[in-house]
Amino acid sequence: MSTATQTPRIPAYDVAATVTDPELPMLTLEDLGVLRSVEEHHGTGGPGSPGDRVEVAITPTYTGCPAMASMRDDLVHRLHGAGYDDVRVRVQLSPAWSSDWITERGRRALAEAGYSTPGPARHHAGDAPVALNLLPTRRAITCPRCGSADVELTSEFGATACKALYRCAACLEPFEHVKEI
Amino acid sequence: MTDRESVYDGLLGEDTSQWAFGTSFEDPLAGVDTTLPDGVDAAVLAAYCLMLGDDALIYSHRLGQWASNAPDLEDDIALSNIALDLLGQARLLLGRAAAADAGCVPVLPEGSPVPAEDALAFFRDEGAFRNVRLVEPDDVGGAGGDFAVTIARLLLFSCYRLALMERLRSSRDPVLAAVAVKAVKELTYHRDYAGRWFLTLARGTEESRRRLLAGLALVWPLHDELFGTHPVETLVAEQGVGVDPSTLAAEVDVVLEQVFSVSSIDRPAVAQVGPVAGGMGREGRHCEQMGRLLAQMQSVARAHPLGLW
Repeated sequence: MSTATQTPRIPAYDVAATVTDPELPMLTLEDLGVLRSVEEHHGTGGPGSPGDRVEVAITPTYTGCPAMASMRDDLVHRLHGAGYDDVRVRVQLSPAWSSDWITERGRRALAEAGYSTPGPARHHAGDAPVALNLLPTRRAITCPRCGSADVELTSEFGATACKALYRCAACLEPFEHVKEI
Repeated sequence: MTDRESVYDGLLGEDTSQWAFGTSFEDPLAGVDTTLPDGVDAAVLAAYCLMLGDDALIYSHRLGQWASNAPDLEDDIALSNIALDLLGQARLLLGRAAAADAGCVPVLPEGSPVPAEDALAFFRDEGAFRNVRLVEPDDVGGAGGDFAVTIARLLLFSCYRLALMERLRSSRDPVLAAVAVKAVKELTYHRDYAGRWFLTLARGTEESRRRLLAGLALVWPLHDELFGTHPVETLVAEQGVGVDPSTLAAEVDVVLEQVFSVSSIDRPAVAQVGPVAGGMGREGRHCEQMGRLLAQMQSVARAHPLGLW
């Protein structure tokens, strides 16, 4: 199955970096900050794989994110297609994913697709208890369609764990905001 | 979209005759180092992970019942999201329990492909569940069904669990610490959601306030159980991997008092539910509604012990 011996392969990281998020297909796992590392171990492939073993580490955005299984499958599938027969995907829980890890390129891709991008995540100082916030979350964001700042939060929870729902009072369109976490 | 023609292709695996079973949802702890820290008793750590995992699992199931039943679409989605976060925490915690001590996992027929986390969720009997009783009652539909009750319960639960997870971030068990770091971020959203709705209902109409007060009175008798210390919790606190919940009561009260105060509501003074047959939730003694919940949650999995989900 492998064509590795005939043609030089694309580095495994570059292959993994092209895999996109199943829910946000305009965004690669690399730009989302979910792809933590890709290691090529040469000559250590398992039985039936005389070549190399690739170990990919991914981290969940939210603990319950159901996209993890499909991300794993896509990584394995894409790397197999690029000639890497022995691919292992492991979960890396620490450090925990933050929306701050979404790259500039990822933010541009989100904005172009009509999403409002996250501001800086709340940081909790050391051992200080997390403060309760009983007021609607205030975010200085603009409508990704018309640019108006006259927007209102409809829900802190959206169609996927990572998004909040907004509507624009100027163009009257609803839009989604990728939450700070 | 995935690379395949249909996302379902990826779910089917090799054997399409078992399509209804889907395929293994990847081990949420795949590749995570689950070596025990020095001086930690495997069975004790596993028992503790079941407690925290069962709280999340059972409450996730209850909150999930709001899907398509909430007062409006936004809250339908919000409660489902909160349920999903808790389910994610449950998966990691049950997986952690199984990795620490395989002895806690029910034994299934030979050849069963059911992973340990599913065996724990679907094949344990009521008495083996270690969740607090606060998460069991049915707020959806039936005589006790009321959004205001759910908000009162969610406020109490998320205040408790957030305080617990904040402390658990410094667990000597790196897996529990990592789960806690993530859980704190998620629970912050849950608690804010519950707090805002609590305030909204308290200051809303006469009817919304009446229902909220009734909901609080219904939920509050299970407050003290959250902060009672089970021997396993004493041990994990001593071993530096877990939290003695009695040490959380004061800081949880501060947050609750904040919400009550802006809502012009007095802290309820109602009798607490005591032990049943000599035990509380952490000892496997549960409310009447727990049995029906498990019947609904487990019956399909139990009918197909060789199925792969």
